[in-house]
Amino acid sequence: MSEITLPAKSTRKDQTYRLQRWLGNALWYTVLIILMATVILPFIWMISTSLKGVNEVFAYPPTWIPQVLHWENYVEVWQEAPFARYFLNSTIVAVVVTIGQLISCSLAAFAFARMNFKGKNFMFILFLSTTMISTQVTLVPSYLVLKQLDWLDTYQGLIVPFIANAFGVFMIRQAFIAIPHELEEAAKLDGCGRLRFLWQIMIPLTRPMLASQALFAFMGNWNSYLWPLIVTNRDDMRTLQIGLRYFVGSEGSTQWGVFMAAAVLVSVPVILIYFLVQKTFVESLASTGLKDV
Amino acid sequence: MAGAVIAKGDLPKPKYNWWRHWGEETFAAYAFLLPSLAIFAVFTFFPAIFSIVVSLFRWNMPMKAAFIGFQNYVTLFTNPIESQAFLQSVLNTFYFALGVPLNLIISLLLALLLNRKLPGVGIFRTAFFLPTITSMTAVSVVWMWLYHPAQYGLFNSILSSLGLPIQMWIRDPILAMPCLIVMGVWHGMGYNIIIFLAGLQSIPHVLYEAAEIDGANAVDKFRAVTWPLLGPTLFYVLTVGMINSLQAFTEIDVMTQGGPLGATTTMAYYLYQQAFQDFRMGQASAVAVLLFVMLLVLTLLQFRYVDRKVYYE
Repeated sequence: MSEITLPAKSTRKDQTYRLQRWLGNALWYTVLIILMATVILPFIWMISTSLKGVNEVFAYPPTWIPQVLHWENYVEVWQEAPFARYFLNSTIVAVVVTIGQLISCSLAAFAFARMNFKGKNFMFILFLSTTMISTQVTLVPSYLVLKQLDWLDTYQGLIVPFIANAFGVFMIRQAFIAIPHELEEAAKLDGCGRLRFLWQIMIPLTRPMLASQALFAFMGNWNSYLWPLIVTNRDDMRTLQIGLRYFVGSEGSTQWGVFMAAAVLVSVPVILIYFLVQKTFVESLASTGLKDV
Repeated sequence: MAGAVIAKGDLPKPKYNWWRHWGEETFAAYAFLLPSLAIFAVFTFFPAIFSIVVSLFRWNMPMKAAFIGFQNYVTLFTNPIESQAFLQSVLNTFYFALGVPLNLIISLLLALLLNRKLPGVGIFRTAFFLPTITSMTAVSVVWMWLYHPAQYGLFNSILSSLGLPIQMWIRDPILAMPCLIVMGVWHGMGYNIIIFLAGLQSIPHVLYEAAEIDGANAVDKFRAVTWPLLGPTLFYVLTVGMINSLQAFTEIDVMTQGGPLGATTTMAYYLYQQAFQDFRMGQASAVAVLLFVMLLVLTLLQFRYVDRKVYYE
């Protein structure tokens, strides 16, 4: 370091450069804060309205901060519609689909990543082709199938069709392929069967990928709308999303404070889970990064 | 091996053992695939084929189905009453899809802004991602309130304070679709920003340094380095966006139910109305098959992205 002698005083050129950079950053922060405020605005308006009394909701000009905080809107949501039941239904469906998807996708991914079998390529293309067929296209026949099975208004009707997921299979297969083959050979020599190898070695090693798959599965099912709309008729089988839609649709659109409280309750779980898992994402990423070195 | 001399015929020809070669592993592999395969068979493959079959029948539930060949398709395009509603829905689908390039431009600009290593950038990224993870149903309910046609609706109160006339928003046949598009951009840009940021960060920094040495300014660098190298990502975002746009349903059902005056009835919503409100299963299946063809073309285009990515790497 001693070889480099710094000038005692910064030159004028340095000062202009520093000023320019400072101004650039200040401008960057200003622009982004304005943009962020615009994007967040609907959320703030949702929360603000959810705490307003009936009169203040219809006030003009509108107020951003409620004069009196009406927490009872949140209580009212639970009283006026069976939201507890909707919550239970959504939780059961999303949790079971997530677990089921992880199991079925891991099994299929293992077969595609680590086994040689007749018809492997054909099977792979068959799985790939399912990603092109969307719910919309198969809506009518799927509904008829469910009706034949007498699965309308049941949990299995909401759960079973979503246990298989080709995207999940491909993502997990990708993670499985990256695991060195030596591990498998060593395990085989020790007399470890395929299922045990999958459960005790592959799955722990690919935990970050499985966690992100679980997040996708849970969010996708918690937020899903079209399928639950079609296969549920009874109020006690509705999921949160459908419950919210009928709640808002049925009340003659006046109770906006209570509606917004319901919207908050519906959206908060997924946002919370996202923040929780985001942290473990970063952690698992850091740990695998270290392992590679 | 060199020393041993084995006369021909000494050793019995090893019998090809199919079970040892393939059997056990093939059997096990299919057992592993079985859970997925069974569900796909019942809820994807069978319905996909059955959709095509039903589209060839007149089947107005609860009446019995009758084979009519391609009559459902002919009706969709030529029947004076039916075709008007259907073609309107096709136009609406394309109109709604204009939100995709709009979303792409806005999220690319935001990604470029967010692609800096300054303290607090994570907070901004999370903020822009927040709408994407929020359920479309909740988002639609909130925006119904923002778009409320009375003076106390938030957007109307902003217009009023600027001295502009208030609007009917989603209850106005002309404004309804732009309203849905704006909301869709707000909801969807978080995902695009994440993809673009990943794409931007994968561009080697050396290229920018080389461009700087050649005297390139920010615009030159974007045109010569960022844009071409981001090409595959742009293509991916565009096709995935189009696929999602063609299937949009929730916001339409919650906010407008296809109205006012059918202004927001897209093909996907028209299909739903035909099947589950009018119970015309044959007609609905014909729309489903046409929608499937459109989605198929887009998906095949999207697969080409994978090839191009390989090319760039």
